[in-house]
Amino acid sequence: MSNKIIKKEKLAYNIHLIEVEAPLIAKAAKPGQFIVIRINEKGERVPLTIADKHAESGTIEIIFQEAGASTKFLASLKAGEYINDILGPLGTPAHIEKLGTVVVIGGGVGIAEIYPAIKAYKSAGNKLVTIIGARSKDLLIKESKIKEASDELHVTTDDGSAGRKGFVSDILKERIEGKEKIGLVYAVGPVPMMEVVSNVTKAAGIKTVVSLNTLMLDATGMCGVCRITVGGKTKFACVDGPEFDAHLVDFAELRTRLATYKDKEKEALEHICRLIK
Amino acid sequence: MSADKIDRHLMPERPANDRIKDFEEVAQGFSFEEAVAEAKRCIQCKNPKCVGGCPVEIDIPGFLKYLAAGDIEGAIKKIKEKNSLPAVCGRVCPQEDQCEKVCILGIKGKPVAIGALERFAADWERETKKLAGKPVSQLASEKIETGTRAYGHTGTRVAVVGSGPAGLTCAGDLARMGYKVTMFESLHLPGGVLSYGIPEFRLPKEIVKLEVEFVKSLGVELVCNALIGRTLTIEELFKQGYKAIFIGSGAGLPNQLGVPGENSQGVYFANEFLFRVNMMKAYKFPEYLTPVLMGKRVAVFGAGNVAMDAARCALRLGADKVSILYRRSRTEIPARQEEIIRAEEEGIEFTLLVAPTEIIADDKGRVKQVELLKMELGEPDASGRRRPVPVAGSEFKLDVDMVIVAIGNSPNPLIPKATPELKTEKWGGVIINNETATSIPGVFAGGDIVRGAATVISAMGDGKAAAKAIDNYLM
Repeated sequence: MSNKIIKKEKLAYNIHLIEVEAPLIAKAAKPGQFIVIRINEKGERVPLTIADKHAESGTIEIIFQEAGASTKFLASLKAGEYINDILGPLGTPAHIEKLGTVVVIGGGVGIAEIYPAIKAYKSAGNKLVTIIGARSKDLLIKESKIKEASDELHVTTDDGSAGRKGFVSDILKERIEGKEKIGLVYAVGPVPMMEVVSNVTKAAGIKTVVSLNTLMLDATGMCGVCRITVGGKTKFACVDGPEFDAHLVDFAELRTRLATYKDKEKEALEHICRLIK
Repeated sequence: MSADKIDRHLMPERPANDRIKDFEEVAQGFSFEEAVAEAKRCIQCKNPKCVGGCPVEIDIPGFLKYLAAGDIEGAIKKIKEKNSLPAVCGRVCPQEDQCEKVCILGIKGKPVAIGALERFAADWERETKKLAGKPVSQLASEKIETGTRAYGHTGTRVAVVGSGPAGLTCAGDLARMGYKVTMFESLHLPGGVLSYGIPEFRLPKEIVKLEVEFVKSLGVELVCNALIGRTLTIEELFKQGYKAIFIGSGAGLPNQLGVPGENSQGVYFANEFLFRVNMMKAYKFPEYLTPVLMGKRVAVFGAGNVAMDAARCALRLGADKVSILYRRSRTEIPARQEEIIRAEEEGIEFTLLVAPTEIIADDKGRVKQVELLKMELGEPDASGRRRPVPVAGSEFKLDVDMVIVAIGNSPNPLIPKATPELKTEKWGGVIINNETATSIPGVFAGGDIVRGAATVISAMGDGKAAAKAIDNYLM
């Protein structure tokens, strides 16, 4: 009844979608929330954003990029197999309100994570301008679904293989220079992308929310690994976040904390590659 | 020779230089002969003070009488009338502040080793039943008489939130009263602090597992990976048909030093560090995929049992030097005497009367030093302990590559946050009346969620009191 993978799909190079049975989470999940999974008895606890949910069938979707040992391992699972543990939904849901025009930005695998927010802001009566960006065309995901849910969709790639050559921030800057008032910018993606977006909107005085991918362990408000300085105060992403006011986030600290296990991650990846060979 | 003239027997321990190489248990337990001889030291007081010293009111002279006669089965049955987790309590209870503190033999000599004997009886039962291939369900268990409708309420459903010491005790007692209990655990394994917090070398996880199995064998259903407040709310639990709810959701976010640099790379809060090591078995990385940093020069702030556990884990992970840094003096150290001595034997250094002013990181954001300020003791504060006062201009620096902050935690914030009707103290503790009832009818609470950070046994006492209160409420 629970935790069974019912669909596995490769969306792009090294990016996969898994649809898994998790009826309680499918019922309770709200935009901006995440889950923690543990693949098997020896696995680590991995936080993943809920990319979509299907309350009727009791399933949720997660989209992830093969980056470290656990995501490599997760990518080796097939439909019909089970994930040992799934906990969620976690984190404080996104604060959705009507603000007029909302610009939602997704970068890399963060594109998958903005979909629930786009739908929620749209149904709250906002005009949705969505900007997605990736290194190249092969890494763009969910484009048609996002296009359908948005009023406007802009695409950028670093190499120009799809959409405009350049970065999401280029299009954001142009929109800001235009006449239309922007009520909110909502950005999810790699830390450098979120930081650039934040700097751009800070100068323009536009409220901006980012969803942070901090380290997580129990993710239930206990261990404190997800802490991050926001507005000079220590906040905990699993309780107070994962969404924060971008202009108050200490991105340099976030980068440092995310790099804590860099050396260990290599070792773990080698171990997993030997196992799943 | 009268009984009180025989010296208290000491539990054998592995030598320090041997035990720091692994995570295997330190204390080794009594032999049958030692246990019987130690149990015979009990003079069977007519008005036993020890029972009053036990938060779960074990009939201590009762079980010692069986043990003294060599009847271990009788002893463990007597213990389990009141305590579902004897193998745990025999290991981690601060007996020196409870039952053994008030033992009459302690006035002139040394008290009976009650904790070690409780452990002996529980270990004997587990080992012999295991050897005989018997299931856990055949371990000793006694039904508990309830108020007026003894066993007439089979099928009344009660939800227990959290499977730590408070939850396990409450669930076990309710099941023995005949209630149909579901215990919800947010983590992937049950046991709460017994699983994520207390290290293997002090409390083997196999023992925790079997104690949980025992509680399940009483009829308690365990649901892991269910975070009440997020996966399901308190309101939804009532809608699902639970007639009463016990909240034992335990510890929450860590207390912070509040000095610059606390979020640098290499600074752990004790719960994170211990969770990685104990729950996730990071000491077996990469076979187990959860990583943990292995500092060479480790500073631990705080001097409670959690600080001792963290320091001794860091040592076992390969640290060259581990220092406990504490702002008061030796007399005020809150950890159990036994744990302080074991830590010292293992080579943990105690730097007393110092407080941090800053954690200093290198250009990559990794911790490289702590700046400390010397303290001296002034007048007693609200806790009755002498207040540490900074010595002006006494700052000095210590080179370290890992810091563990072990200065306590607040109650877990999630259920109060998700349940606005649930009244809490300003510092986050759930408010209960003297019968464990919260501000919501039918909702009871106990353990760290009420007390902040407390002991395993006080949480168990709360769980026991809550089971009685829930029985009264449902009558």
